[in-house]
Amino acid sequence: MDPARQLVRLGDFARKDGLPFARDLLRKARGALDGVASSLLGREVEERLRRVSIELAPSGVDPFGWDPEYARYVIAAATVLSRSYFRTVVSGIEHMPQGRVILVANHSGQIPLDGVIIAISVFLEAEPPRIVRAMVEKWSQTLPFISTFFAKCGQVVGVPENAALLLQRGEPLLVFPEGTRGLAKTFQHRYELTDFGLGFMRLALATDTPILPVAVIGAEEQYISVANMKSVAKALHMPSFPIIPQLFLPGGQLPLPTRYRLEFGDPLYFRGDPDDDDAVIEEKVWVVKATIQSMLNRGLMERKSLFF
Amino acid sequence: MSTRSTNGHPHSVAETSDATMGDPYEADAPDSDGGAPLPISSTEEPAVVITGIVGRLGRRLARRMHRDRRVIGIDRRPFEGRPKDITHYQIDIRRKKTRDVFRSTRISAVVHLGVMHDPRASAADHHTWNVAGFQKILEYVALYQIPKIVLLSSANVYGPRPDNPQFLSEDAPLLGGAAFSEIRDLVEVDMLAQSFFWKHPEIETVILRPVHIVGTVRNAPSNYLRLNVIPTLLGFDPMVQVIHEEDLVRAIGLALKPGVRGIFNLAGPPPAPLSRIVKTTGRATVPIPHALAGPMLAPLWRLRMASFPVPELDHVRYVCMVDDGRARATLGYAPSKSMEESVRAVSEGLWE
Repeated sequence: MDPARQLVRLGDFARKDGLPFARDLLRKARGALDGVASSLLGREVEERLRRVSIELAPSGVDPFGWDPEYARYVIAAATVLSRSYFRTVVSGIEHMPQGRVILVANHSGQIPLDGVIIAISVFLEAEPPRIVRAMVEKWSQTLPFISTFFAKCGQVVGVPENAALLLQRGEPLLVFPEGTRGLAKTFQHRYELTDFGLGFMRLALATDTPILPVAVIGAEEQYISVANMKSVAKALHMPSFPIIPQLFLPGGQLPLPTRYRLEFGDPLYFRGDPDDDDAVIEEKVWVVKATIQSMLNRGLMERKSLFF
Repeated sequence: MSTRSTNGHPHSVAETSDATMGDPYEADAPDSDGGAPLPISSTEEPAVVITGIVGRLGRRLARRMHRDRRVIGIDRRPFEGRPKDITHYQIDIRRKKTRDVFRSTRISAVVHLGVMHDPRASAADHHTWNVAGFQKILEYVALYQIPKIVLLSSANVYGPRPDNPQFLSEDAPLLGGAAFSEIRDLVEVDMLAQSFFWKHPEIETVILRPVHIVGTVRNAPSNYLRLNVIPTLLGFDPMVQVIHEEDLVRAIGLALKPGVRGIFNLAGPPPAPLSRIVKTTGRATVPIPHALAGPMLAPLWRLRMASFPVPELDHVRYVCMVDDGRARATLGYAPSKSMEESVRAVSEGLWE
């Protein structure tokens, strides 16, 4: 017996007899989602999405798999998250240069919601609207659904070739030079920048790209981590193993609804040899790090309340 | 001669070739040990030798070229429906007779399509055919100073991997064999051609690495798109490039131009997600969780009830796309077929 036929029969059964209900439900859910998406956002998102200047292939996606038809749902969800949940305040977005740019931000909050908020803020506030590209772990490509989700939202695999190609296409690239070191910071070290990687600076020098420093305030307090069990993380092959007491409280699994404050600084321009010694590159990276740290310090001083 | 060759193109070359060559099987002279080229009349138009000419791609290439230049085919299979002006030698490229073809003929170029990709063949046969066979060809090309050799390699030598850049350049490492050992001899063939490129700067070596070739050809990607029910991996939808066989044939023609040398990735129309490509075929699909797909496919493959070995699942899981900028700039190559045309062409082949 042809196993493929067996599968079809199974598939047919599932489709035609077993789950017409589920299909109906799915259609209704999608209709409702469409309704919710457009009623929540009005025409704004649709109109901004149309103005995004990314060249699409005839199949309706860009070369990296960014799919505007799919991305609009994610954008709708992220807009709700940013506007209603975190009530993000954005300043300095007018500093965003046209064409290629590397956004460098501090990384915090145990899960990378700061990336989502930066991306959606650039989409909603920058003129013209732009799709921020971030680099995702190579390992994420081995995961079903997640790999597809990232690709359709315009996130690309973190290899230098992809970064260079995106910049060459004039797209904004989001980089967290602290990586998981920043993400997994415990509460007592909040808003202290950890070591910056050097890769972004070499990339900026090689492609002659301006760097836009971004300070994110509010993400540090969304999950309060009291400790990071490095040995457990190592044993479980996880990047970190934070101890977050709020997770054991009812509803504490959601991040705390702190107010996000995003500040976009003046773009920084660097010149030099991308293959220079680490010491030379480090000096330039230090300029970026100091800029972000002082933006953070100023922002924290001006902040009156964590939640309002 | 045949009505075919005179059809609109009075082809005198065909007659000369048959006149000078005589019966190909009589050319197997006893002095085949001597390496010196036989005296060849300089008026003879140089020929293009195509190995593996009987395959569907080889036939297409031969049909396209034989009106403009002399074509000689070498293949172990008989060439049925051969245009009369093509000389065909039904021989194994590893045999000495192949050398006699090279020795007794003026040859302007060799197009090596005779790379076996069939994973069902025994590993030993596969390996000696691909590696030893190609080594022989290279040896003859060097010995008889044939000005050009074109190898049809494949983008599969890079391999589908989770950490691949979206578009691989020609300098990317050939890691295709890491997960899929059957690819190793294709990688080796590609490497042989690369070292030949450096050892013999006087000979123009061209390596073409096309993405998935689709059309009437009987290769894994076309067969996959011909399945009545196309299995995909649940939750995976990589971006995929395909190239129509006609576009590839044109690219081979461009690679034969004098002065062209080096490695060229070849891609077809802009990439599309696998799901869109499968949808274009209009066939049913079954998404299978990847944790089950491997264990399910392994016994089926062992019993030859499936025509795809397990490591090929990576092609529907990870990206393996190439940057064909060099081919566009240097060869002047540009694909003429859209994604829809390319994908639909696999079904046309069924009724041929």
